[in-house]
Amino acid sequence: MEDPTSSEAVHEGLSHAPLRVMSARVTLGTRLVNLRSRRELLHNLIISDIRIKYKGSALGLLWSMLNPAFTLGIYYLVFSVVLKNGYPNYVIFLFSGLIVWNMFQNAVFSATGVIVDRAGLVKKVSFPREILPLASVGSAVIYFLIQLVVLIIFLFAFQHAPEWNMLEILPITFANLYLFAASVSIVMAAFTVYMRDMKHLMEVLLQLWFWTSPVVYSYSHSLAVQLHTHHLTLFYFMNPMALMVLTFQRTFYVSTYVHNTLAPHAYFQMLPSWAPSSFLYLNLVMLAIMVGLFLIALTIFGRLEGNFESEL
Amino acid sequence: MKTTVVDVADVSKSFKIHYERHQSLKERLLHPRTGHSEDFSALADISFTMEEGETVGIIGHNGSGKSTLLKCICGVLQPTSGEIRLRGSLAALLELGAGFQLELSGRDNVYLYGTMLGFSKKRIDQIFDDIVAFSEIEHFIDTPVKFYSSGMYVRLAFAVAVNVNPDILVIDEVLAVGDERFQAKCIDRIRRFQQEGRAILLVTHSADQIRALASRAIVLESGHMIANGDVADSLRIFREHLLGDTPSNEANEHHSADVHIDSVTTPTGSFDVQSGASMHFDVHITSATAYSGNFVLEIFTRAGVLVSRSDSQGAPINLRPGHNSIGIDLPNIPLLDGVFDVNVGVVDPRGSNVKAWGEKVATLQVTYGGRQGGLVELDATIRQN
Repeated sequence: MEDPTSSEAVHEGLSHAPLRVMSARVTLGTRLVNLRSRRELLHNLIISDIRIKYKGSALGLLWSMLNPAFTLGIYYLVFSVVLKNGYPNYVIFLFSGLIVWNMFQNAVFSATGVIVDRAGLVKKVSFPREILPLASVGSAVIYFLIQLVVLIIFLFAFQHAPEWNMLEILPITFANLYLFAASVSIVMAAFTVYMRDMKHLMEVLLQLWFWTSPVVYSYSHSLAVQLHTHHLTLFYFMNPMALMVLTFQRTFYVSTYVHNTLAPHAYFQMLPSWAPSSFLYLNLVMLAIMVGLFLIALTIFGRLEGNFESEL
Repeated sequence: MKTTVVDVADVSKSFKIHYERHQSLKERLLHPRTGHSEDFSALADISFTMEEGETVGIIGHNGSGKSTLLKCICGVLQPTSGEIRLRGSLAALLELGAGFQLELSGRDNVYLYGTMLGFSKKRIDQIFDDIVAFSEIEHFIDTPVKFYSSGMYVRLAFAVAVNVNPDILVIDEVLAVGDERFQAKCIDRIRRFQQEGRAILLVTHSADQIRALASRAIVLESGHMIANGDVADSLRIFREHLLGDTPSNEANEHHSADVHIDSVTTPTGSFDVQSGASMHFDVHITSATAYSGNFVLEIFTRAGVLVSRSDSQGAPINLRPGHNSIGIDLPNIPLLDGVFDVNVGVVDPRGSNVKAWGEKVATLQVTYGGRQGGLVELDATIRQN
């Protein structure tokens, strides 16, 4: 929407003002243009989202770090200390996958109910409705960035150098992560309006999803061989989270072959030994798929939003 | 040349009505076939346009589709078919403070609400002080709005919407906010909007407000547009339709059509009167049955301001079958010179249903030779103490 012109200019100005058309179907192009023109609203919603979440809590934004820190601590305790998986530098391995997963889970989980929760707003104020789930994704991005900073601090603390050749791929992986989280969030937010137990279903589904992504365990060590013998590798990678997690792990954890911490002379494979160029190629293919997925998600949302008013 | 700012073309909107709502997965799986829904047409082929500088009022009963139409224009709802074209920026007051976040301060909410209405942060920065001054909550602007009184809450929301100076302002029955002084301020602001040539679309239950503010009125009746034109004509049509729309349809429809206001006469045959003089009207009413109700007399200025409304409260008029004549005595008319419209009507004793209505059945021509100005004679004596 244009800035309103000053009062004197109204008379001359309006004949040249942009024409907005509202009809039964909003085309995908218009949808994207509308979204772009309302960036400031998105920005404001994200800020108010984060402010409200930590309002009145003494530790404030620190919670967004404490929460994953606890998860990290628990997994470390269970898998490294109690179950003795023998992975060296397990904290770094775990953390580099977990930030990717956390971003996805935070985004999808908070976006799922967002339109139902803000029904009052949706029924009374006009704005592109996709902005609400996108704001949830936006807050998740902020938490992701905070956790990324903590990960970098960890790398310094453990004196663990990342794979420099992989760093340039990370922006693409991040774009994939954002587009995928946004697509799932947008569709789930719309579905929840029609079926309220999507939120509970999503809770269960996200747990399952977490364990099918190689965050806690090593893909190459625990799964790769079995998947290959059963011709399930492709199926496993249908989960876009798998490649994203592996790319982050390869960048920050680096080592493909590692010493077993329990048996000094035993080696095993921790991460796929693909070259950075293969990672780049795979991520670019995924980017194309994710852009398509995002457009499909917007289209589905457009189909569903017409009846929001009568369902809310 | 005037630009068309709102163009509503053949807009229809239908809703699904659920007889049984199955919103959980379990219910949907268990009852895949039940939970029928039926399409309900809330708006049927509505078309009208608005030019810049126009103020259009929309009236209709509850459920006539007024709010649905406004929501379509504001983009809250998508029309099922048809198209709405808008030129310029639009701010809608469908519900004041709908976008407010209770936990956030008034200041944060001004920015959030402003961007939600579609205005840039830069623009809100410029007018932030005006918004705060208009809302009169300077001291509380940094307090979370959950601590606001309901009056403060709506004042802040109204202040944001009018101070962003939209080209088109859409108002849905929200003018009844705040105390009387704040209402007067809102009306003032709306008049300034009109002078600046902005377009205003106004939905209200109050015929007075339509008369006072609107230059044109649209009447909606169960989703159809039954009038679009001059305020007085539309109000007459609206009132006439009110007759056929009382509960328990048939009996009442039949009944209410029995009372009809035929004419208003004066003994001299002239409606010219000197200010301060007395006047007598005879209202001729035909009634098919005996009916006991309240009689209402309204006097309006040509600009649509209600000067006075009186009724026979406490002493109902008893209409006999056939021709009836009701006398109205005005002992001394305190009006100053001008032309005044007279409406008369018969309403049921509870005042909820209009039995018969005569819009502008007479026009008073008041002449005045004195030195006072305005609408009424106060007879003020001014002396030095």
